[in-house]
Amino acid sequence: MTTTPILDPEAAAAERLLRKPRTLWSDALRRFVHNRLAMGGLVLVLFFIILAIFADLLAPYRYDKADFSKVLQFPFVDPQHPLGTDEVGRDFLSRLIYGARTSLTVGLAVQLIAFSIGIPLGAAAGYRGGAVDFVITRIIDVMTAFPGLLFAIFLITVWGGGLEKVIVVLGMTSWIGVTRLTRAQFLTLREKEFVGAARAIGATEGRIIFRHILPNALTPLLVALSFGIPAAIFAEASLSFLGIGVNDPLPSWGKMVGVSSAYIRVYWHVGLFPTILIALTMLGFSFVGDGVRDALDPQLNL
Amino acid sequence: MARYLLGRALSLIFVLFVVSVITFALMHTVPGGPFDEGKQRLPEAAKANIMRKYGLDQPIWKQYLNYMWNALHFDFGIPYQVPTETVASLIAKTWAITFQVGLMTVTLAFSLGITFGMVAAYRRGSWVDTGVTFFATLGTTLPNFVIALWLILGFAYGLKLLPSGGWSEPENWLIPGVFSKDWILPVLAYALAPMALVARYTRASMVDALQSDYVRTARAKGLRDRTIMVRHVLKNAAIPMVTALGPIIPDLITGSIFIEAMFRIPGLGKYFVTSTFNRDYPMIMALMLLIAMLWGITYILTDLAYVALDPRVRLGGKMR
Repeated sequence: MTTTPILDPEAAAAERLLRKPRTLWSDALRRFVHNRLAMGGLVLVLFFIILAIFADLLAPYRYDKADFSKVLQFPFVDPQHPLGTDEVGRDFLSRLIYGARTSLTVGLAVQLIAFSIGIPLGAAAGYRGGAVDFVITRIIDVMTAFPGLLFAIFLITVWGGGLEKVIVVLGMTSWIGVTRLTRAQFLTLREKEFVGAARAIGATEGRIIFRHILPNALTPLLVALSFGIPAAIFAEASLSFLGIGVNDPLPSWGKMVGVSSAYIRVYWHVGLFPTILIALTMLGFSFVGDGVRDALDPQLNL
Repeated sequence: MARYLLGRALSLIFVLFVVSVITFALMHTVPGGPFDEGKQRLPEAAKANIMRKYGLDQPIWKQYLNYMWNALHFDFGIPYQVPTETVASLIAKTWAITFQVGLMTVTLAFSLGITFGMVAAYRRGSWVDTGVTFFATLGTTLPNFVIALWLILGFAYGLKLLPSGGWSEPENWLIPGVFSKDWILPVLAYALAPMALVARYTRASMVDALQSDYVRTARAKGLRDRTIMVRHVLKNAAIPMVTALGPIIPDLITGSIFIEAMFRIPGLGKYFVTSTFNRDYPMIMALMLLIAMLWGITYILTDLAYVALDPRVRLGGKMR
């Protein structure tokens, strides 16, 4: 019979104390890094962000520099325009790179609007309840009843297109989800013991909301953000595809696809390249979003 | 049951009323009108004449009552964009095409989606399962115009197998009166997203059902796998699917602006954009009412399907 070595319980306890503490975030990071699909998505997203930030350095030309003597050149022919030119002779590679900037601007700005409206409204509705909750919930109900795309088209016909208008219009429709999510979180969290304890020791309402409840609601909000950015990029591409989004000469991948349908019979590159970039970006964000969700909430099984 | 249906029908009428009021109010408060002059100015008298002809000189509440009174008699007015038609005839003509595409899309999406979802649930972890997950991700994350463009480049310009767009008359179809090549690419591009959704839902609810006790009982009785899958698993899995997937049908049969633009299909889609742009009041009203109506009907049908599938569900009555 073999005897198993008896561990010194005190030494084990000491070792446990010396070990680096494992927090929610370090656990999540570890899970995310081990998720191959999520890391692949992250590479795509980083590529996209680098294109957007360093567009001025990476693009060989300005996005609006037209050369009417070189209209609709094919790719891989002229070394000066490796990906060809568009219908007014603008370098296609440069426009694709600057298109990333348009997409990223819309994606981030729309989420900024959505969260800065959604979190206060949702917090007020969920924490206060009563009449405040009633009014906010009714507004959400009315907004959900209208189809999002039709609402955006309607607003843009009134205000006109352009980057800022697109951002505002998409922001006006995308806060609903954030509000609903924040409200639901606050509704459950305000009944928890730690909130009661904070109230018992006399914490102010603002302190309870911002220091106690909001940090606990951060995880689902972060997941919502990682899905919200690609949703806004998707919506901008759709509006621009219809010709009611970003105005010329600012490049947008969606607009490039919309315009391309007139030439695509011969000039396949004006359609193919922007769709590839849209696809890679959307897939990248979607893998990262799935990864973030799985990493932060491993019990959540969707 | 009859009482339940009556109640739902009444609430549908109420929803239609609210939608009509909101739409009417919104479109009239927006600056700009259908007959605003561009560069060329119209004489005052001519403009007044036009406004009188379309009844736009009357107070708004009266315009609304007039519109609704006529709508109750199935007269939805004349679209300002196409004055030679009536709203009803224009919608009938264009929606017939959109509806056809939508119906084929629904058929394809549900038949293939359910099949793929079933196979993926039955053979979890196999290559079929991986493939379904992959296509489901593609279908739900990519805009359908991206998929449409790839299909056009691949099958129309690359392989030269199928037309890149357009909508030919029945006598020019591949099999006259039965089948046209024009349909294949738009329906494929349109169906991928809903198919992905259906497959994902089917897989999820089948996986749940497969682990249940009644499946084990059925296995123990010695039933064949196929019988278990169709008679026991699919029937029970269908209940959550109806609720989740029913509502995508009205979306599909009102068509996609993107698909119709990419494939040059003369359907209803473009009027959603042009009517708002041109302040085509009668057309906007008719389109909004049409959508609201379809939604309402779909919800009623979903409830009825629920009763048909699950004998435990009773509508309107009290639990016994």
